Amino acid sequence: MRVFVPISVGGWARLFSRWDVLAVLLILGLLLFLSEASRNLFQPLAELQRTPPSLDPHNLPEYAARTTLRMLVAMALSLLFTFTYATLAAKNKRAERLLVPLLDILQSVPILGFISVTVVFFMALAPGRVLGAEFASIFAIFTSQAWNMAFSFYQSLRTVPTELVEASRNFRLSPWMSFWRVDVPFAMPQLIWNMMMSMSGSWFFVVASEAISVGNTTVTLPGVGSYMALAIERQNLTAVGWAILAMLVVILLYDQILFRPLVAWADRFRFEQEPGIVAPRSWVLDILRRSRVIDRLIRPFGVLWRRTMLGRAPDKAEAIKPATQPRHGWITFQWSLVVFALAALAAVQLVRFITQDITLADIGTTLLLGLATLIRVVILIALASIVWVPAGVWVGTRPHATLLVQPVAQFLAAFPANVLFPIAVSGIVAWKLDPNIWLSPLMILGTQWYILFNVIAGASAIPAELRSAAANLRVRGWLWWRRIALPAVFPYYVTGAITASGGSWNASIVAEVASWGNEHLQAKGLGAYIAEKTDAGDFHHIVLGIAVMSLYVVLINRFFWRPLYLYAERKFRLG
Amino acid sequence: MSDAALLDIHDLCQSFPKADGGEHVVLEGVELKLAQGQIVGLLGRTGSGKSTLLRLISGLTLPSSGTVTYLGQPVLAPAPGIAMVFQSFALFPWLTVLENVQLGLEALGLPEPEIRKRALAAIDLIGLDGYESAYPRELSGGMRQRVGFARALVVHPNILLMDEPFSALDVLTAETLRTDFLELWGEGKLPIKGVILVTHNIEEAVLMCDRILLFSTNPGKIIREIPVELRHPRNRLDPQFRDLVENIYVAMTARAAPAPHIGAVAEKAGSATLDTVLPRVSANTMSGLIETLAAPPYNGSADLPVLGDELHMEVDDLFPVAESLQMLRLAEIEGGDIKLTDMGRQFAESGMDDRKRLFQRQLLAHVPLAAHIRRVLQERTNHVAPKSRFFDELEDHMTGEAAEASLRAVIAWGRYAEAFAYDDDSGTFSLENPT
Repeated sequence: MRVFVPISVGGWARLFSRWDVLAVLLILGLLLFLSEASRNLFQPLAELQRTPPSLDPHNLPEYAARTTLRMLVAMALSLLFTFTYATLAAKNKRAERLLVPLLDILQSVPILGFISVTVVFFMALAPGRVLGAEFASIFAIFTSQAWNMAFSFYQSLRTVPTELVEASRNFRLSPWMSFWRVDVPFAMPQLIWNMMMSMSGSWFFVVASEAISVGNTTVTLPGVGSYMALAIERQNLTAVGWAILAMLVVILLYDQILFRPLVAWADRFRFEQEPGIVAPRSWVLDILRRSRVIDRLIRPFGVLWRRTMLGRAPDKAEAIKPATQPRHGWITFQWSLVVFALAALAAVQLVRFITQDITLADIGTTLLLGLATLIRVVILIALASIVWVPAGVWVGTRPHATLLVQPVAQFLAAFPANVLFPIAVSGIVAWKLDPNIWLSPLMILGTQWYILFNVIAGASAIPAELRSAAANLRVRGWLWWRRIALPAVFPYYVTGAITASGGSWNASIVAEVASWGNEHLQAKGLGAYIAEKTDAGDFHHIVLGIAVMSLYVVLINRFFWRPLYLYAERKFRLG
Repeated sequence: MSDAALLDIHDLCQSFPKADGGEHVVLEGVELKLAQGQIVGLLGRTGSGKSTLLRLISGLTLPSSGTVTYLGQPVLAPAPGIAMVFQSFALFPWLTVLENVQLGLEALGLPEPEIRKRALAAIDLIGLDGYESAYPRELSGGMRQRVGFARALVVHPNILLMDEPFSALDVLTAETLRTDFLELWGEGKLPIKGVILVTHNIEEAVLMCDRILLFSTNPGKIIREIPVELRHPRNRLDPQFRDLVENIYVAMTARAAPAPHIGAVAEKAGSATLDTVLPRVSANTMSGLIETLAAPPYNGSADLPVLGDELHMEVDDLFPVAESLQMLRLAEIEGGDIKLTDMGRQFAESGMDDRKRLFQRQLLAHVPLAAHIRRVLQERTNHVAPKSRFFDELEDHMTGEAAEASLRAVIAWGRYAEAFAYDDDSGTFSLENPT
């Protein structure tokens, strides 16, 4: 019998190769980064205030490292949350009933409004230590990353092909083993895509969460975000430039070192086995794969990991129950009762909390302000659509242009648009423009790219045969747009527009108020309301503002986007 | 216990509750014994519950009533020693060939050297040498199913369950795999003691099995047990082989006519009632079969096995078409033969418009659901009715899935016949086609 060896053992003549050197460097660098970045966590808070952040660009590498660490820790927490919450929701029918709607609401709550509420809680957890403020910041980033990851994982778990589930049960994999060998791999490509989206989205909140001030307490954590905040306060345009550069470098680095390898690695988990698709590549992954040292180092962990999965599945019978049958009716009833009781309790508490000093007039005001923000969002999405749909179709139908533009659009979506706000504000101040109108575009600055790159994806997915058929029938001009291009990209456009609209609501909290040194601009809207109440430390009105904004977002999602999305899926999905 | 049954199934039933509170019976009163050294074939058409039976045997599902006993123990969960080969291979695309084969052994908790040794032995046995580090997407269908076999055999099961293992493969590949399997089985090289094969391919069943159990549809019931005593290797051209295939065809077509309902007026075989699940057969396919039958060499009547061979259609493809023709009184089926009726001949000779007119007449006369929809539309002043109205009605008689399938079938036929129109966006039937 032949002995089977992995290529990395049998295929290399030399003990060490240059890939090993590179790999070791990569890993040592990572360790160094971790230790550097976490060195100051246990400092007392007072010390932090004694050494205030400075605008010296030499500090930026350290600041960038600490910011990145926060984002990575939040990402790790988000993964943990995803694996537990989404798994529970997917595997337990009773839990699913509560957890899925809960997730839907959490997705719609404006996270920026949250920061002020949670910061107090976390500061109380580790009083007087930097750690508390760090927790608060990490939590804010976490809340901007976790929901869509959990949702994607839940949906993947629900769609694991029946035959794979049956095969894993037939070979009696334990639940632990089938989770890691079947469920997670199947969900992996979608999950990684969502991790990238989350990472991009969370930049927005990094900038907002590192310089936290609630009422009289101001905590400034060393990081790119606080550096930026300071630069804005001191009206230092050079420093703003340095901060933007630092962000660019960090985004580029984690894209190359973290996500590209992940995407290339996860390519094997793609379930569709259609040929002809170019597999994504990554130089970092190549180095790690070709290195024998890494292989040696990782192997014992691999063996250990696999050992946790050995063993027998419990001999418990599990009948496949038809969904319509109301089994365990009594337990379900009790469960619903518990959930409703909890919900009622929460509602009562909430009402008591809010009604302490909130009047009906307050509620009316917030609703009206919400309407103002709604009008902004609608107009902006419409404007962005008018610009980016034709542009996206033009690019998407030209493969060369697609190759150039698509990555740029994705990068722009990742770039935290709030760092550009100061430039816009100085413009508005200089020309004495009306902030009610001219602050608005900032809301969509970062989110419009979702429309662009989704439309590009849709246009490039139009089958060549359909385009040939159209050309053959001499369909041109407006007819071509109306009958071919627009319907073909419609489902993609809807997906992009949903993301853009949700993001714009959230962005309104930072976009409707902006400052440049001593200049403070404010537009009338719900976002400005929440920001203003946060500055004042007025929790009751913050909660009211968040609740009203969530209400708007949920209602629009349910009554506008959802039907549109279903319609697009049903009518225009190709194939 | 060498002669004792490996598997003993007694009075097995499987049913699902229906929307109206009744029961939808998938399997009814199944009795089956599998002795050592036997290959038993479960032969039947789609919807005869044979795949359900396989899942009951493997412990993936539990029956509504009755027992499955494996080596004297009731099967209540996926049992060790019962392995399955899937129609769609069910390979894990993220695992290599070797990892796929090893998976079942890892679940058994064997030591790693043992896992490696057995996996390589199975790969060797099944002819996958050299493919160990390939991913499933790099392999052809035949090679993928070989991995499926290796993965099942490597756990040394006593019983191998095969769920239409060759039906997703092309004809040549399927034949190679069948022959290879039978060779290994005949030489006693496979670590298995008994095989249950689900198939809808009559020739495959006769080629491979020692015993064939014939299943009826709705509900799934064993209607006939046919021993196959031909010696291996079997020759498809052997007259005895042909006779057996012909007999099974006749047996299956005899049951193609649903049993007359109690209280129904003496109806002709193959008549549809409102609760008949309509097959999704396109009018084009029906026209094609009618034209083929009308032309030489058949001249209006043909032997079904011969016809199936000629048209490269398996039972599952051919029977629904034949039955639809029978339902519409365009043809008659008897004893494994199909014969055009006068209407059928007239259809064959007509042009497009006359065909549609004739089809409409037959449809409204013999498919109660079509007639019902048409009547409702005529009675309503605006001549419009939602699909959900008919769906709810059908759901009292059948599962939601079957109701949807029947409606889709009747929509397709109704459109061809121009008996009524249907708008999918709004989900409504109407009398008027767009003008």
